[in-house]
Amino acid sequence: MLRGLWRLTWLEIKIFVREPLGLIGTVGLPVLIYVVLGRLLGRVTRVSSDVPRFVSVDLPIFTSLLITANAVLSLAAIIAIYREGGILKRLRATPLRPHTILTAHVMVKLLFTAITLAAMILAGRRYFPVPATVPLASFTAALLFSTVSILSLGFLIASVVPTARFAQSIGSLVLYPMLGLSGLFVPVASLPPLLQSVARVLPLTYAVSLLRGIWRGEGWSVHLGDVIALTLMFVVFMAVSAKVFRWE
Amino acid sequence: MTPQPVIHVADIQKIYGRTVAVDGVSFDVQAGEIFGLIGPNGAGKTTTMECVEGLRTPDRGAISVLGLDPRRHVYALQERIGVQLQEAQLQKRIKVWKAVALWASLYRKPVEGDRLIEQLGLSDKRNAWFMTLSGGQKQRLFIALALINDPELVFLDELTTGLDPQARRAIWDLVRGIRQRGKTVFLTTHLMEEAERLCDRVAIIDHGRIVDIGSPVELVRRNCPERNVIVLTEDSTALERFRAIPQVDSVSSQGAQFTIRGRDADLVTRVIHCLAEHRIRVIDFRTELPTLEDVFLKLTGHKIRD
Repeated sequence: MLRGLWRLTWLEIKIFVREPLGLIGTVGLPVLIYVVLGRLLGRVTRVSSDVPRFVSVDLPIFTSLLITANAVLSLAAIIAIYREGGILKRLRATPLRPHTILTAHVMVKLLFTAITLAAMILAGRRYFPVPATVPLASFTAALLFSTVSILSLGFLIASVVPTARFAQSIGSLVLYPMLGLSGLFVPVASLPPLLQSVARVLPLTYAVSLLRGIWRGEGWSVHLGDVIALTLMFVVFMAVSAKVFRWE
Repeated sequence: MTPQPVIHVADIQKIYGRTVAVDGVSFDVQAGEIFGLIGPNGAGKTTTMECVEGLRTPDRGAISVLGLDPRRHVYALQERIGVQLQEAQLQKRIKVWKAVALWASLYRKPVEGDRLIEQLGLSDKRNAWFMTLSGGQKQRLFIALALINDPELVFLDELTTGLDPQARRAIWDLVRGIRQRGKTVFLTTHLMEEAERLCDRVAIIDHGRIVDIGSPVELVRRNCPERNVIVLTEDSTALERFRAIPQVDSVSSQGAQFTIRGRDADLVTRVIHCLAEHRIRVIDFRTELPTLEDVFLKLTGHKIRD
């Protein structure tokens, strides 16, 4: 059924590209944020030397996670729309295996995550050049890995929301606070104890730690804990959504 | 010896919460026929059909389709059946020929997609997005998708709901064409006219139970044998002549109009004979034969659309 998977993935890519708003939101927005913020912050750094942390390390992490958040939101929305329209059901009444249908959507999201990351780094290189010490291939792999893990949360959201309209808003409600607690803006250690324990069960916290480390040039082995945590969350989210997922 | 039925359903039941959607339904569908499950919305038609397709599991009972168990052999079965689902949609921006090509790629032995598009009259919509098609065109595309694997058995769920009469008739012709190619068709409808014109045999379902099964003609004869012949004549002997016909139950008259009632299948023939034999001059002559609609009303006590 591999042929079916490629066909369906390719088709979904084309359908995605035909939706102009989706494409602008997914690819255009993170690139724009990266370029604009990079330019502003870059100017500030030249004047004073004590803003550096967010600029030198965290701007790429922040925009990368925006890409991931976009992927998750759009996956949840697409699955909900397809279910509402009976498209999932119609596809299931073919020899396609159910997991093939869902895998195709994950592949589309991963592809556009990689494309957006590349576009972002290319477009921003004038204002915010990536230091030569950053292992870009490794960073891309880390972002895709984190995205897969967090996409499983998107599946969970898509499994429980009743309609497509809810998917987007509930997704945002879950994702953006997660971004706030992820340690990107405020170190997890300086959060109140209650929020610290919340942050520890959120996948974005581990994604931030992993992406930051890889960007700084640390090895994967240093971040084994993050990788395990993200894998574990993937397994748990997928297991729960497999239980509660509805095709119609 | 009767041949092996294409579909065999034995006493299936499906319960959602407290609602019994399907309550002990049994029927057989024979090879080469158009079999219709008819009943009002919510009667259990779609649930029954989706159990047969393998999309749902009945809580009780046994189903065999083309000799396979639709649950355990769902993928083997899907190679051999074609399915059109009620109120299904496709991706809004999928092109017609792309959808057909995708479906073709999913099956082992697909037919030629372009020919199918042509046969279903969608040639000039080949490059159109799904969202731009009319209701009738969408349904024709769904029929194309259901036929892409050259199936032995085709499922059509509420195929013409929401279509205008002209599009409906065009779809009926397509369905007859499917049967002509030697395939078996299992459909559901809540339109009695559709069942009467299209189906070789129908099962009437209400509140999850089958109330009667047979050909439309059989069902009418069995449940509503009453037929009326209405004759307009100024012949003064007419009343007693009509009353003398052995198969006649009653005759009433209103001025020059006589209504002759009977339950015999030969009633109309007898009346014509009588008119000819006694050289009665007829101004107008018409018959009122009961339809499936009347059968439904009689069997269930309510109209199909309330």
